[in-house]
Amino acid sequence: MALGGGYFKTTYASDLALVDTRLRRVAVAALAVALLVLPRVTSSFVLDLAAQVALAAIGALALNVLTGLAGQISLGHAGFICAGAFTTAALVEYGVRSPWAALGAAAAVGAALGLIVGIPSLRLRGLYLALGTLAMHHVVLYVASELQSRWGANTGYSIPPPRVAGFTLRGTVTWYYVLTGLAALALCFAANLQRSRAGRAWMAIRDREIAAASVGIPVARYKVLAFVCSSTVTSVAGALFAFQRGFVSVEAFGFLLTIEYIAMIIIGGLGSALGAVLGAAFVTLMPYAIDALVAGLQLRAGAEYYLFPAKFGAFGLLMALFLVFEPQGLVGIWLRVRNWFLLWPFRYRPLRPAS
Amino acid sequence: MAQVLATALVVASLYALLAAGYVLVYRASRVLNLAQGDMLTLGGYLLFAVAAHVGGGPVVAIPAAAALAALTGFLIYLVLMRPMAGHPVFAAVLVTVTLGILLRAAIVLVFTDQIRHPAQVLGLANPPRRLPGGAVVSTFDLLTVLTAAALFAGLFLFLRLSPLGIQMRAAGERALLASQRGIDFHRLFALSWALAALAGALAGILYSSNVRLEPSLDVLGLKAFAVALVGGLDSLAGVIPAAILVALIEVLSVRYGNPLLSDVSPFLCLLAMLLLRPWGLFGTREELERV
Repeated sequence: MALGGGYFKTTYASDLALVDTRLRRVAVAALAVALLVLPRVTSSFVLDLAAQVALAAIGALALNVLTGLAGQISLGHAGFICAGAFTTAALVEYGVRSPWAALGAAAAVGAALGLIVGIPSLRLRGLYLALGTLAMHHVVLYVASELQSRWGANTGYSIPPPRVAGFTLRGTVTWYYVLTGLAALALCFAANLQRSRAGRAWMAIRDREIAAASVGIPVARYKVLAFVCSSTVTSVAGALFAFQRGFVSVEAFGFLLTIEYIAMIIIGGLGSALGAVLGAAFVTLMPYAIDALVAGLQLRAGAEYYLFPAKFGAFGLLMALFLVFEPQGLVGIWLRVRNWFLLWPFRYRPLRPAS
Repeated sequence: MAQVLATALVVASLYALLAAGYVLVYRASRVLNLAQGDMLTLGGYLLFAVAAHVGGGPVVAIPAAAALAALTGFLIYLVLMRPMAGHPVFAAVLVTVTLGILLRAAIVLVFTDQIRHPAQVLGLANPPRRLPGGAVVSTFDLLTVLTAAALFAGLFLFLRLSPLGIQMRAAGERALLASQRGIDFHRLFALSWALAALAGALAGILYSSNVRLEPSLDVLGLKAFAVALVGGLDSLAGVIPAAILVALIEVLSVRYGNPLLSDVSPFLCLLAMLLLRPWGLFGTREELERV
């Protein structure tokens, strides 16, 4: 933020660094240490929640690349996740047990689906594109339910815990470390993607397609690239989901899951990698927060029945409130709070920077 | 064969009722109402509520439920959609998604998610009828076809002849010119939402009396949405051939293929249409550029 003086970058290295000031370096290091020692101090319930947040964050970061950066609306996010999960299940069913093969295959399937959905985006815009992705979601779900019934697994398909380098990944703590590490990787990837050539091209296309084309950005190629990038990462997240739960079922990938992911990036703040992570945490933890709240209230018996619809409704209400009143999302709120402290005792930045 | 055609016609009528709701709202305000499926469940549950708590038989319950649904549509516009004027269309579409979530949560809170049968509460029987040609359909199937025909006839007359309907068409065609002629857009938008809710609720009243009533019926709305797109999102006349086409493909694919195809064949139609002719059978072509 330009406050008119004080801090200037003097080397290329400092210009390239993702974490640029000493305060931020300290904060990131503190966060990393806190995440590393978390299993020592908390219960496995909290760790499981953290792992869920990390997994959701990977999916939300991928959707944010597509919707937040490139401005292409997708209503088929759950379809991509389902594709990744069922690719993993298919490999297990046909005897391939290596998790690396599963992740690679999921990435390939995701990339292929992204290509298929991305090509209509050259002709279609806005709502029409969203509808194409919605149709794709239903087609993927149909294929998955066909596979599921062909394998004789009516309620769902079990996946044994994967073995990596002679070590079986099972248990809450292991998955907490795996998923948090991968989410951190995804965050770095997304943050770097945003400031790369592709990221800047996507933002230009999002803001004004004709202007982007007229400064020499190959719009068609970058649009398809956005779909492929996003769906590859999403599909890998689906494979991770399958391994972590050890169980896949078509019912888990309904349209509601798509809405949850869209809610994550909207509540977090469109177009911001940090926002995607915050939104993922918010949407994942909200039902548990409501549970805790209700447990604290000690309602009379029979009230539990109303818990599920109440959670569902609260989710819808929050999403509507963010859409109407805070389109910048949690990141917008954070920026406002930060600026308030930075500028205190003043309320506005100086009109002309004091140079 | 006669049976296949009769079944397809019944399914098509149900889709046409729902798709009319999509087209009405889209034509007026370029917003896609993804909560149309919940309008269907809302209609069914309003019928159930009126039948169970007010009484008076079907003569009172059915019109009362339809009127309440139209009122709900009007209120939805006033409370949720009007504040979205001037926001990006995508944000408005997402608000309709949240509207669907809220409606569904409210329905489950009030009525629980048990399966209900409003026709039994009303004491209506649903005897099968034999049609010329050997096909057999239930009475409510027949009523669905008749209602869809009546609704579409009414809508065409309304849009063609009444001053309000002509204003509505003008607003849908050239919004800027219409507003400069002094047409009150908010009144038209509110009316289109009320009509869309009415059409969805009629589908819900008929379907829930015919088959069953449960909150997860809103998937029907998404399938009908494929119909609206195949016909052209801004074309009310396109809904009828599109509904017949999509329903016929669905019935045939279930009969000669796999029952699971029933959930996916409308979306395959949608995908094919998006690839070949994205503006739909009867939609306007420049519509695609405007979004």
